[in-house]
Amino acid sequence: MTFDPTSDRLYIQDVTLRDGMHAILHMYGTDSVRTIAKALDEAGVDAIEVSHGDGLNGSTFNYGFGAHTDWDWIEAAADVIKNAVLTTLLVPGIGTAEELKRAYSMGVRSVRVATHCTEADVGKQHIGIARDLGMDVSGFLMMSHMIEPEALAQQALLMESYGAHCVYVTDSGGALDMDGVIARLQAYDRVLKPETQRGIHAHHNLSLGVANSIVAAQAGAVRIDASLAGMGAGAGNAPLEVFIAAANRKGWKHGCDVMALMDAADDIIRPLQDRPVRVDRETLSLGYAGVYSSFLRHAEKAAEQYGIDTREILVELGNRRMVGGQEDMIIDVALDLIKAKAN
Amino acid sequence: MARMKCAIIGSGNIGTDLMIKLLKGSDTLELAAVVGIDPASEGLAMARERGVATTHEGIEGLCRMPQYADIGIAFDATSAYAHKAHDEILARDGKLMVDLTPAAIGPATIPPVNPAVDATVRNINMVTCGGQATIPIVAAVSQVAKVRYAEIVASVSSRSAGPGTRANIDEFTRTTARAIETVGGAAKGRAVIILNPAEPPMIMRDTIFTLSEMVDEDKVRDSVLAMIARVQSYVPGYRLKQEVQFERFGSNRPLKIPGYGEFEGLKTSVFLEVEGAGDYLPNYSGNLDIMTAAAKAAGESLAKTHMEKTAA
Repeated sequence: MTFDPTSDRLYIQDVTLRDGMHAILHMYGTDSVRTIAKALDEAGVDAIEVSHGDGLNGSTFNYGFGAHTDWDWIEAAADVIKNAVLTTLLVPGIGTAEELKRAYSMGVRSVRVATHCTEADVGKQHIGIARDLGMDVSGFLMMSHMIEPEALAQQALLMESYGAHCVYVTDSGGALDMDGVIARLQAYDRVLKPETQRGIHAHHNLSLGVANSIVAAQAGAVRIDASLAGMGAGAGNAPLEVFIAAANRKGWKHGCDVMALMDAADDIIRPLQDRPVRVDRETLSLGYAGVYSSFLRHAEKAAEQYGIDTREILVELGNRRMVGGQEDMIIDVALDLIKAKAN
Repeated sequence: MARMKCAIIGSGNIGTDLMIKLLKGSDTLELAAVVGIDPASEGLAMARERGVATTHEGIEGLCRMPQYADIGIAFDATSAYAHKAHDEILARDGKLMVDLTPAAIGPATIPPVNPAVDATVRNINMVTCGGQATIPIVAAVSQVAKVRYAEIVASVSSRSAGPGTRANIDEFTRTTARAIETVGGAAKGRAVIILNPAEPPMIMRDTIFTLSEMVDEDKVRDSVLAMIARVQSYVPGYRLKQEVQFERFGSNRPLKIPGYGEFEGLKTSVFLEVEGAGDYLPNYSGNLDIMTAAAKAAGESLAKTHMEKTAA
């Protein structure tokens, strides 16, 4: 570990306009994107991620069609961002190099290549192409809680070998606690080059989003993912304004204006939420059962449609060890549960 | 009718599974040679044990084999790159080709949808495993209603996704999406692939969503069920996992697909499970089984078409 938050500056990666898409079923209007991107840029975040919640090309029946194309959203953000690095997300198997190149042509200069935590090798091609374009690249190992620290570190090592500048512990299920985060970053220290950056992407399902991000920084993670008012899948991400407030109290360096972030969270983001982003019985069940946070709203819809409890669906998805991207299995599980009840 | 002699190029997992299927019997094809590049290959050893002639010297080795002259058709289970070279040589010698790689030199072929190949075609491509599993369903909906948009999600166990798929996963999504349009009949196609590392390994799952013009749901259901029965004739483990699900998008609530348009119509969702026959590869790898089973069926059809042409 070479990063030390007591002396070095944090890199704040906002995800309000990407992970936050999940919270409102990918329905941001382009006006909202402009307003939010401008507020974030003025408040001093280092980078702003924009795309469908499931990454470039995520607009589908399976993940939900967005209100706009990725290109409309990216263009709106690129128009107003003056300082922050325009970032996007690519999940190989959903998006392709073609979309990545188009995003680059629209001004996107940083990308997170996201794979399930055991499948880093499917991202090799995309990390390579992003590097060839001259982009900043992070490897994003989703559902990091599902494997042991040493095994996760081996996947991180693969991503480093493909050319990733930074590798994340990505707690998509919001199921890690502080010990789990520290153990994973320590395992990274044992295998990664000192110059490879580390990042943390937390979800707040067990109310640990900020705590996990703080200990991650102390364990060497320079890049901290967060979103205004926690706008993100499940119980949301680490709330940006809260993390920055906590970081200020520790005297850590970063480029953000905490008051401006608080204003943006309360004045711009919360009024957009049609379902509160918070820890409640459904979102807590995600963290409790170790389930991909993006499944939440799809499971709630299926539960309503078929007259069953959302939590039953989520717990069963966890039992079946479903991974990010298998949203089609939510209906499948709901139909199986109904059949089981009928028998 | 006499059977056409065939060769398998590639002695890896796919080639070996295909070998077992061909040795189980075929009215049209007789396996005469298996071609590898590694003398220590398990697939070549299995072929020799079963009395099939082998070479470990690749395509050049095949051309030097005494059996070569009589071979009418070859299955290529190598790589897209190698397939191009193999195809040139076999085309020169007037042999037919079933391409299991993503090279896609010849037309995309899904046996129950477009089996009756034109006798002028000598190379056919088997698309992808996900395409073999899902395009029959897209075509079944297309048979009764105009399909505006079709999307498939293929989930396979990590263990059954080989290095070729992993190194170029975009090729899977691109090739499958294109064949959803050209063979499945959808105006626009999308494909997604997910790898799941769960242990014990999950059996391949495929979900197909179509948005078609508004038609009677029974018509769609009947067409889908009839198609599933046709696929089951060569892949016994191909199963409908749930009742076919429908959702109607009326004029008061059209479906907006960003970048494509607004549509009224019927959404059909079909949930499938594909369990392999366990010939060489384990049962969970239905993705690989459906590829080899479809290749065998398509090869038989291609051989038959050409033998009938020659006889006529």
